[in-house]
Amino acid sequence: MDTLSTKHLLGIKDLNKRDIELIFETADTFKDVLNRPIKKVPSLRDVTIANIFFENSTRTRLSFELAQKRLSADTINFAASSSSVSKGETLIDTVNNILAMKVDMVVMRHPYAGAGIFLSKHIKAQIVNAGDGAHEHPTQALLDSFSIREKYGEVAGKKIVIVGDILHSRVALSNILCLKQLGAEVMVCGPTTLIPKYIGSLGVKVEHDLRKALNWCDVANMLRIQLERQDIKYFPSLREYTMLYGLNKQILDSLDKEITVMHPGPINRGVEITSDVADSKQSIILDQVENGVAIRMAVLYLLAGQTQ
Amino acid sequence: MLNPTLLDGQKFQITIQRLCRQLIENHNDFSNSVIIGIQPRGIYLAKRIAEELRKILPGKTILQGDLDITFYRDDFRRRETPLVPNQTRIDFIVEGKKVILMDDVLWTGRTIRATMDAMMAFGRPEKMELLVLVDRRYSRHIPVTADYVGIPVDSIASQKVVVSWKETDGEDKVVLLSDVK
Repeated sequence: MDTLSTKHLLGIKDLNKRDIELIFETADTFKDVLNRPIKKVPSLRDVTIANIFFENSTRTRLSFELAQKRLSADTINFAASSSSVSKGETLIDTVNNILAMKVDMVVMRHPYAGAGIFLSKHIKAQIVNAGDGAHEHPTQALLDSFSIREKYGEVAGKKIVIVGDILHSRVALSNILCLKQLGAEVMVCGPTTLIPKYIGSLGVKVEHDLRKALNWCDVANMLRIQLERQDIKYFPSLREYTMLYGLNKQILDSLDKEITVMHPGPINRGVEITSDVADSKQSIILDQVENGVAIRMAVLYLLAGQTQ
Repeated sequence: MLNPTLLDGQKFQITIQRLCRQLIENHNDFSNSVIIGIQPRGIYLAKRIAEELRKILPGKTILQGDLDITFYRDDFRRRETPLVPNQTRIDFIVEGKKVILMDDVLWTGRTIRATMDAMMAFGRPEKMELLVLVDRRYSRHIPVTADYVGIPVDSIASQKVVVSWKETDGEDKVVLLSDVK
């Protein structure tokens, strides 16, 4: 019987190709469910899930919560900013207190890399990583690849460029791992200061010229400049960054072929991408958001279905 | 141990024909009725019945869809791994229609309970009926009964009824396997 090779979803690094394909096949059927008059199935009716967010989020938290509700799970939400964490409680204590209320799964976002992995070694519940620092954001990568698969039929052989703040991006790392696992060619593009030094060891190409990168690719995934994670200045000004790495209609129209534009959100309109590109028919940004619910339903369903 | 064949060849064909005639008796020209095959094995029966009905009622539209019930089952988290879902294909409106659910074997009845739940997600049918090719009698876990039965079988729990189809298995046949673990 088909099942995931892992008990938790901490990162794409733990998934093999079959795992990813299984998640996609399951998400296909959930996407179908989401288009029915009644968009709810009773599968997870005896499962309780805690969404623990130590960092801000709109899309991911709403998407997870909606996925849980569509699966009939009971959910509790926790935001660190309005909790006892500000009174000095440790991560393990916080989570164990939540688990004492009989919670089966934890969906966690945390500003520190490896927080989910750490937690998985100390608590009993299953953990889904909803982003840990600049490390991984597995469900985002899965929904990105799922959206590419939906648009092109398959991911293998496709050329994807990830543009922007690769250094601080968990989306970039998870995307690279997921796309490589599925057989796509991956390139990263950005200013030298925002490209990690040894990124080439992941088997990706590096390009510093946006136009060359766009001419090479089928899909461009535009990332946000993560100013909140930048402790020093990595480039002179946002204006200069936009001039060199911002995607606008003019560049897009000057390319030889029609490429697909993606963005994990939140968008800084006018910085990494202009409004007319974000809202153009080449953009699949809102499809990504729609697919996010189906992908998260698939992940929760497959993990919750494993008997401990 | 011998595995007796319960149905094959001409007898299989006659059974299908009889089920079709019984359906016509209640549903006339199928203008307000639809056929739903239950995934994974019921879809072959539903397709066969729909095909035969189209031969008997030329010019009439016989609507047939496939329904996957994986997410509605009552054994989630009670088996070792989750079941992988199949495709659902219902490209017509079910609301207000007479729905005939079809499955190859009726045994515990649990699948049918899940099916009734799953069906409701598509709207409120006027009526739901159940047609099965094989009814394993006296083995129900919940109070479910079929409206149309191809062949009733008295069997014990360790036995298994396997239905083969010409389209996928090369032959139309119903076999009772003994001592299946």
